[in-house]
Amino acid sequence: MRTAFIQALMDVAAADSRIQLVTADLGYSVVEGFAESFPTRFINCGVAEQLMAGMSAGMAMSGRVVFTYSIANFPTMRCLEQIRNDICYHNVPVKIVAVGGGLAYGAQGYTHHGIEDLAVMAVLPHMTVIAPGDPHEVRALVPQIAALDGPCYLRLGRGGEPVVHAPDAEIVLGKAAVLKIGTDVTLISTGAMLKPALDAVAALAAQGISAGLLSMHTVRPLDVGAIIEVARRTGNLVTVEEHVLAGGLGTMVADALLEAGVPARLKKYGIGAELHGVVGSQAYLRGLIGDLPAMVRSFVEAGR
Amino acid sequence: MTGIPPVNSTVDFARKLRVQALHMVHKAAASHIGACLSMADILAVLYGRVLRIDPQRPHWPDRDRYLLSKGHAAAIVYSALAERGFFPSEWLEQYCQDDGPLPGHISHVGVPGVEVSTGSLGHALPIAVGMALAAKQDGADWKVYVQMSDGECDEGSVWEAILFAAQAGLDNLVVVVDYNKIQSLDRVANVSELEPFADKWRAFRWSVVEVDGHDHDALTQALTSPPARQGRPSVIIAHTVKGKGVSFMEDTVAWHYRSPDADQLAKAVAELSA
Repeated sequence: MRTAFIQALMDVAAADSRIQLVTADLGYSVVEGFAESFPTRFINCGVAEQLMAGMSAGMAMSGRVVFTYSIANFPTMRCLEQIRNDICYHNVPVKIVAVGGGLAYGAQGYTHHGIEDLAVMAVLPHMTVIAPGDPHEVRALVPQIAALDGPCYLRLGRGGEPVVHAPDAEIVLGKAAVLKIGTDVTLISTGAMLKPALDAVAALAAQGISAGLLSMHTVRPLDVGAIIEVARRTGNLVTVEEHVLAGGLGTMVADALLEAGVPARLKKYGIGAELHGVVGSQAYLRGLIGDLPAMVRSFVEAGR
Repeated sequence: MTGIPPVNSTVDFARKLRVQALHMVHKAAASHIGACLSMADILAVLYGRVLRIDPQRPHWPDRDRYLLSKGHAAAIVYSALAERGFFPSEWLEQYCQDDGPLPGHISHVGVPGVEVSTGSLGHALPIAVGMALAAKQDGADWKVYVQMSDGECDEGSVWEAILFAAQAGLDNLVVVVDYNKIQSLDRVANVSELEPFADKWRAFRWSVVEVDGHDHDALTQALTSPPARQGRPSVIIAHTVKGKGVSFMEDTVAWHYRSPDADQLAKAVAELSA
């Protein structure tokens, strides 16, 4: 996803001279190409995230479209008030990019677990929140993010996430991408859980359970229409995210269903309190969250 | 490219701003009059004589940018903006009122002439760095002026920006510190002493000028001369007296938060009008 991101950003920057990239001294082996192609539009502001967010707001107030870049929680929680006041209250086009969202840096320890970002970013005024599921979604969404006239948060994986979508799949900001239509249950995935979710759908099919799959790459504004549609079709929903259970996609989907008055059963696959601080590879930690197909299967069977 | 002409007398202008700010905080029962009065002369020189601004074109691309980082001193800045014609003076009477146009801490929303909203300290200098960088990229000649307080120099974000502004060679950036030596709960020296203050800025590769923050000629000279050295950002350390101009408010910690009652207002206005 990192590679897809920087390539897409360079393509956008080549066509739009307003685009700038500001990093807080991170992005080794990622940002170099941008820096070489656009030396006057690449700024390393040092290990200073509050400065990065604040100065990017100032640049955006002066006609730029600024992408800030760092990893995990550094570009969001370290400088949350600058994002809230300087970027969001002023409603300026600063696009905050975090590489290694979720548990991508799982073995690096709790400081590097970016697992509350979607909840925190989604409550801020004017903020669009995006967590693409694969490199195809990243490529499609970066130009749409650049064109947005306001702030945006983009959570990326770390690298190596497989392509899930067909090459011609249309990805539209704010619209859930339908990967599969099911009749028994629908999985709603965000971020890099898309591939595990797709694998779960295949495993469930082999067990006679028809599971649908939505990629909810845009968490805010949430595609409520798509949620209501699958809730009505299957009655059973499972949200899938590498995020704490409180305040993430699962909470947002539950909110949307309640507000719409649409009855549905909901199961949330995400990070519970018992996993906070546990260290290990992304695959290991995902295993601790639980076996996704088994969880979906027992959820569906319990509802019969 | 020119903005509005200067006022006839910045001293009269400063007096007027002080009186208006006193009326505003009295009516609103608001705090921070001490912080308004200490920077009144700096503000009067900037808005009366130095800044390239045009109230008919608040978004004029070539305007100088003025950022109030000590956002709690909003009352006197609103007063200066109204006096200079950015919005009607009647707005000042609605300072801090329900659904009024002018919040207690400075806000850009619907207020012509206000560049950024602040209130939490340590925010404006990083924003100013971004603006100054943009001006450099564009080869534009407008400047960015940031009015800071001494107390807010406790914030780490301030030093992040100070460090990088020199690195980026932002000689179009001018910081003015209202150095009244009193922060909200105590004297600066009793909280986190800033001295040797000028040396700190010099060590961070800034051009430093120290002035009497109530001497209009010295302020004019200091505010119009940057950049003192090409490639270096400038800081003007303005030595001021908190509550300046009202005898019983001067150099007291209490008048950071205390609001003048009717008698105190009358006394203060009488002193300023004498």
